[in-house]
Amino acid sequence: MDAFFFWLFAAGMIGFSLAVVLGRNPVGSALCFAVSMIFMASLFVMLSAFFLAAIQILVTAGAVMVLFLFIIMLLDIGVMSHLPRQKIWMGATFVLALGFVFLLAKVLNANPHGTMLTSALPNAPATVLMGRHPTPFQQNMINAGQMRPLAPVPESNDDTHQIGRVLFTRYVAPFEVTSLLILVATVGVVVLCKEEAPVRRKTAGEVDAEPQPETGPALTATR
Amino acid sequence: MDITLNHYLAVAGVLFVIGLMGVIMRRNLLIIYMSLEMMLQAANLTFVAFSRFNGLIDGQIFVFFVITVAAAEVAVGLALIVALYRLRQTTRVDALTALKF
Repeated sequence: MDAFFFWLFAAGMIGFSLAVVLGRNPVGSALCFAVSMIFMASLFVMLSAFFLAAIQILVTAGAVMVLFLFIIMLLDIGVMSHLPRQKIWMGATFVLALGFVFLLAKVLNANPHGTMLTSALPNAPATVLMGRHPTPFQQNMINAGQMRPLAPVPESNDDTHQIGRVLFTRYVAPFEVTSLLILVATVGVVVLCKEEAPVRRKTAGEVDAEPQPETGPALTATR
Repeated sequence: MDITLNHYLAVAGVLFVIGLMGVIMRRNLLIIYMSLEMMLQAANLTFVAFSRFNGLIDGQIFVFFVITVAAAEVAVGLALIVALYRLRQTTRVDALTALKF
């Protein structure tokens, strides 16, 4: 049953991703991307990463795709021609893709039978992540001094619980840096999208040589 | 048939290649941007798969960070695209060849 759902979700994700790349209509591409991300969230659920599945749907399929759709509709981009830029780019694409697939095959060949989940980890990752039952890999890391066993907490099978614990203990500094990053991004977006003052545009001088409308046709409507 | 780590890695690799093809083949800046996002998501799938199969939660933390950074990046990138569109009225990459307008 697991295998059936895995193949279903993987095929859906790859199919809709192909539709993103090959589709001619940007709006359709954005919607296909959203569906593809929902399939990926389903794969996350199969990997028992429920928190990340929710985040994936909320942030990537929700916020990011709405932003993309908003910009596509704001700029009023019509149907694009389907052909690639040049034949040489098409060739380069396939050479690159083939090379990457070759690398992938090489990597997967290193462990042809694959890492099984069933025997090593009985049900959920929860029990081994609590620090009281470290896996061999974790034990090695702990022995090498690269990882500290976490303090025992009440038994929980919840991945959100564990992510919260680790995020606010071991990874609290990167987490804080992330907030700074978002602040900088916000300021940057505001600066980028600010309308240029008309005075500055006049003093630029060279802009007048080439008559250009100040804003796109779609953007003037917002004034 | 049991689903192993290799299956997830293969799916992520295929997704990454599709994103790469989109970046190289397409002319529309927005589609290129979406393909870049797709490549990031392929990396995310690898992280989650390794996290699950190694029994370490740290991979999921990294995916959390990647999603956050990707969201910030999309906001900045789309703002750049809008600013570019105001100057040139196009989002085709082959029309944007000059660094200075």
